[in-house]
Amino acid sequence: MKGRFLEQIMLMLGQAPKKPVEITPEAQKIHKMKRLTKDDFEAMKKHVRDHALEKNTWRNRRWTVLILVNLLFTLSFWLDIQILEGALTASRFVGFHLIDLNSALQVMLAHKHIIVNLFIGTATVFLLWAALGGRSFCSWVCPYHLVAELFEKLHLKLVEKKLVTDHEFHRGARTVMWVLFSLLALVTGFTVFETLSPTGILSRALIYGPSLALGWVALLLVFEVVYSRRAWCRYICPIGLTYGAVGVISPVRVVYDLNHCFHEGDCRKVCLVPHVLEVVIKGRSPDVKVPIGPDCTRCGLCVDTCPSGALKFEVKGLNKLL
Amino acid sequence: MSQETESGPAVSAESEAASAPRAKKGSAAPRSNARALEARRRFIRSAVMSTGVVGAGLAGYLPVAAQADNPRLRPPGALDENDFLSSCIKCGQCVQVCPVQAIVLGDITDGFGLGVPHIESREQACDFSCDAVQCILACPTGALVYRKPDFLKIRAGAELAHKPVLKAKANDPEPTLNLIERAGLARLLRPDACLATQGKGFKGQARGADFKGQMRYMDVDRWAPIAVADHPYERDLCDLCVTECPIQDAIRLEVTEAADGSKRGVPVVMEQCVGCGVCEMICPVEPTAIVVDSRAVWEGEA
Repeated sequence: MKGRFLEQIMLMLGQAPKKPVEITPEAQKIHKMKRLTKDDFEAMKKHVRDHALEKNTWRNRRWTVLILVNLLFTLSFWLDIQILEGALTASRFVGFHLIDLNSALQVMLAHKHIIVNLFIGTATVFLLWAALGGRSFCSWVCPYHLVAELFEKLHLKLVEKKLVTDHEFHRGARTVMWVLFSLLALVTGFTVFETLSPTGILSRALIYGPSLALGWVALLLVFEVVYSRRAWCRYICPIGLTYGAVGVISPVRVVYDLNHCFHEGDCRKVCLVPHVLEVVIKGRSPDVKVPIGPDCTRCGLCVDTCPSGALKFEVKGLNKLL
Repeated sequence: MSQETESGPAVSAESEAASAPRAKKGSAAPRSNARALEARRRFIRSAVMSTGVVGAGLAGYLPVAAQADNPRLRPPGALDENDFLSSCIKCGQCVQVCPVQAIVLGDITDGFGLGVPHIESREQACDFSCDAVQCILACPTGALVYRKPDFLKIRAGAELAHKPVLKAKANDPEPTLNLIERAGLARLLRPDACLATQGKGFKGQARGADFKGQMRYMDVDRWAPIAVADHPYERDLCDLCVTECPIQDAIRLEVTEAADGSKRGVPVVMEQCVGCGVCEMICPVEPTAIVVDSRAVWEGEA
């Protein structure tokens, strides 16, 4: 497990997953047992598979939260209930400033002047997502995530019918985007990324009404359906990397348990960021229990999908709370 | 479901380390070639995609450049155009607090101005019916401010001679708006079309029955703006731009009396004009005789 922390950060920045250098004796024992008792293992796997329940617990919770948060923005304006005023880029929750970290970064770099409210809002949101799991912003709040998730189903259907294929990009592209858009803000003095951000565009459209900018969002969705699965979230969006960086220190995470895993890989098929689940491949887990890295969006699809409960939510320090 | 077939062999780390180097040498070469080819393709794909995304982002500059000569009218207290675009976080909190919904957000056709607030005066002007310039109070990033930070200089002629007095607050202990700079300046664009200039009066709804614009009328309700269409006028000599102007000493009507006793008037914009756009909204002729030039500065009485 030594050096895994740094490795997970490099993985988030785009490095290919590596095989573990060191495997703890306990984990080695389990890896070995699984090979030695292959017949038993297969029988157990079949038993679990036959009795697995199809569940969407976390997906449903997540969709509910995502819709409620965005609805709260909309209703605060429409009904003038003033609970959550503004849009996802910046808002006020019953008066307290909340400012999206990536939007704040763009504005700070472009304008080169930070007023108190901007700082307070950014710090509040930083603490919020540091506590709640960094990229959980993506899957639990970002409206584009939900829309892209629905269109992903269409993409997968077309892939199944062999009408389209998924073209992967290098995951390092997102890191390059992050650096480029930060530099562009700094050099040009314009918040260049905000012009493209489907998160901002969708959030504003939900609150202030539809705009032509939705055409850009539609274009992205078409690209994702016919060419590359979840391309925006996987390879481009710097917001994901910004929140990922916050998630490095977050106690909320999904934890993998080697004991319960049958290495079938269903989790990796549903995952937005399958590289974080490299540990579930047979023989790859460096320890019996392995926390999933900061690039994980904490969406819970793997937790729902795993037939044997090898992936679970955990709050560091509060075992078995969830 | 079958065992996972990943790009890497699904065997344990130790056994692979032992067997891979020698045993698979023959078959490894073409496979790694195919892999190298795919990695190359992926790299090129990624480079093209990245260039495309950054290019699309930078294309947002084109509308900004195109609008440079004819800038949008920004809400009161807005920083100068480029500073405004960079400091605005595109959240629309200013939109939410405006009692007459004068503020609208830019679309993608505005490029970098996407999500940035502006005012379409002819449709709905800022009439300061909030009294305190609520949009400035709402702005979380200082894109709308009462007073600019010191490193941003005030353009000559943008600074007001003194804080503008709001007619509606004239009897209050603090009658001024806490504004230092003007957003623009009104200008009589079509003097020939102006009713006063022609010596004509005006009777009826200033902008017709279907006009959606709103205004605060102190004699109706200080805190509840009503539709302009619900407040008809009757004037012997049209002076709506002067009487409806919310700011004191910002515009006056210069009346000349002819030998036959007929009167003609010319609206004259004065130094206190902040560029709110009410005159442009209320002007009853189509197209409007008076307009607000965004970012225009005071260069003395015309």
